[in-house]
Amino acid sequence: MTAAATTPATTAPTPRRGFRLSPAALIWPAMLYLILTTQVPFFMTVYYSFFRYNLAIPGSRPFVGFANYRNLLTDPQNLHILWNTVVLAGGTLILTLIIGAALALLLNRDFPGRALLRTLLISSFLIMPVVTAVVWKNMLMNPVFGFFSWVVTGLGGHPVDWLAQYPMASVIAMITWEWTPFAMLILLTGLQSLPDDQLEAARLDGASPWQEFRYVVLPHWTQAIQVVVLMETIALLQVYGEIYGSTSGGPGIATTNLPYFIYQKAFAEYNIGLASAAGVLTVILTNVLAVYMLRLLTRAGRGE
Amino acid sequence: MQAQIRLRNALLTLVTYLLAAAFLFPLVWMFMAAFKTEAQAFATPPVFVFTPVLENFQHALGSYFPALRNSLVAAVGSTVLAFILGLPAAFALAVYPTRRAQGVLTWMLSTKFMPAVGVIVPLFLIFRNLHLLDTLPGLILMYTTMNLPLVVWMMHSYMTEIPYAIYEAAKVDGASVGQEFFGIALPLSTPGMAATALLCLIFAWNEVFFALNLTNSDAAPLSVFISQFKTSEGLFWAQMSAAATLTVLPVLIFGWIAQRQLVRGLSFGAVK
Repeated sequence: MTAAATTPATTAPTPRRGFRLSPAALIWPAMLYLILTTQVPFFMTVYYSFFRYNLAIPGSRPFVGFANYRNLLTDPQNLHILWNTVVLAGGTLILTLIIGAALALLLNRDFPGRALLRTLLISSFLIMPVVTAVVWKNMLMNPVFGFFSWVVTGLGGHPVDWLAQYPMASVIAMITWEWTPFAMLILLTGLQSLPDDQLEAARLDGASPWQEFRYVVLPHWTQAIQVVVLMETIALLQVYGEIYGSTSGGPGIATTNLPYFIYQKAFAEYNIGLASAAGVLTVILTNVLAVYMLRLLTRAGRGE
Repeated sequence: MQAQIRLRNALLTLVTYLLAAAFLFPLVWMFMAAFKTEAQAFATPPVFVFTPVLENFQHALGSYFPALRNSLVAAVGSTVLAFILGLPAAFALAVYPTRRAQGVLTWMLSTKFMPAVGVIVPLFLIFRNLHLLDTLPGLILMYTTMNLPLVVWMMHSYMTEIPYAIYEAAKVDGASVGQEFFGIALPLSTPGMAATALLCLIFAWNEVFFALNLTNSDAAPLSVFISQFKTSEGLFWAQMSAAATLTVLPVLIFGWIAQRQLVRGLSFGAVK
């Protein structure tokens, strides 16, 4: 990397014939594309968020300052949606980390069929979110014919209408099923890069399995854990297809998160102003959390 | 002692298999239902042994093909476009790294911190004015945005692995930047390109937010097609399962093949 940075200066001057591309010219197309499709629309979102702007009322677009934000951050309903967003992302993140870590530790042993299991276990991550949602909603969580109700009844309980009685827990369970393979995959890769001699040395020193885990495995694991936390935080704050396909944010607003709220405001109520303010809020929330996680990540990368 | 360890290992293996079975169950259940009759799919207690039928697939296929075509065009188109834009950038950042290069890379990753909901409102309005709503070019444009940072990051990490001496030798021979790119960087990073392309295809195939909000019928991909079953309220489980099976199977197979490269792409190279 550093060699690459310094060598060009010492090589003989390249002959100037024909068309010469400068490295910057190679980077700009990608940069420009991303600026045009992400930064520009985002600034437009910020702009719209200061107006009372409804597509159903054309011609009238009064500037309202921070009124949309005030509405978002004071209306108890909207605060509930903000809270839902955090609960959904946080709850799923914690569950996927715990189950993913357990699976990674179990798969980090030698046993017959290990490679096959590892391959099969990533499946739920590859499934389209809407497929997950419609299959879980209809075939597993259906109160009358669903598989889970059959299991519960078989154990002597009463059939449960999961998505109506425990909407948030059900959605979290579903999304945990989807994201656990991601955590497992990254954590397993992290484990496999741990040199055997470190564990052996700890064992020779008479470390208990717990001490071995706490003082050898865990420090080495930190970076992988932080990657999982960072990537999942970004992705889980944006969960949409699963909710669209299963509860549609309901019952009431029990499972409405910010992305689903924005979809409703913008595309059902044409309330562009409020939807934009919620969009800006989501971006701020994501960035604050992501930047914080990224800082942890770089610190771990430096080995502190 | 030895026997004790062996017993413990056997138990742990059993636990692993049971957990894996639990995780795979929803999928297996869906695959099974695809081959049942509607009555069997609904039966309580559930039917585990049955004679497979294929009629659900025939039913599902009717409306499946237009959506399949849209998914294919959007996924392949956006992957190609992301490669055209991303490969030169990855090459320049890998072979001519300046202090600014790290900043550019971080900035590109940061566009991933931008939730789609933060840009959807203006994009919807722009698309409406440009008549891009419900068109495949519109969808391709958005999926390219989604995959471009991934292409740059992954290809950057593959291209930095090419020994610099090879470029040096070419430079001495008077190779231009273009010759280095087409003659060295691209041929030597072909495996990386394959892995990156698979990931891009998977992500574009599974995307649903832009698909639902920017398409309607003409350009609706499989994710929109499948979401029609959300209100079926269990009326056509077998048919739904058949359609879902057809939708997820290509991605499953691609993902299983690319599972090792998955880690690199999903973590933007932070964990290898």
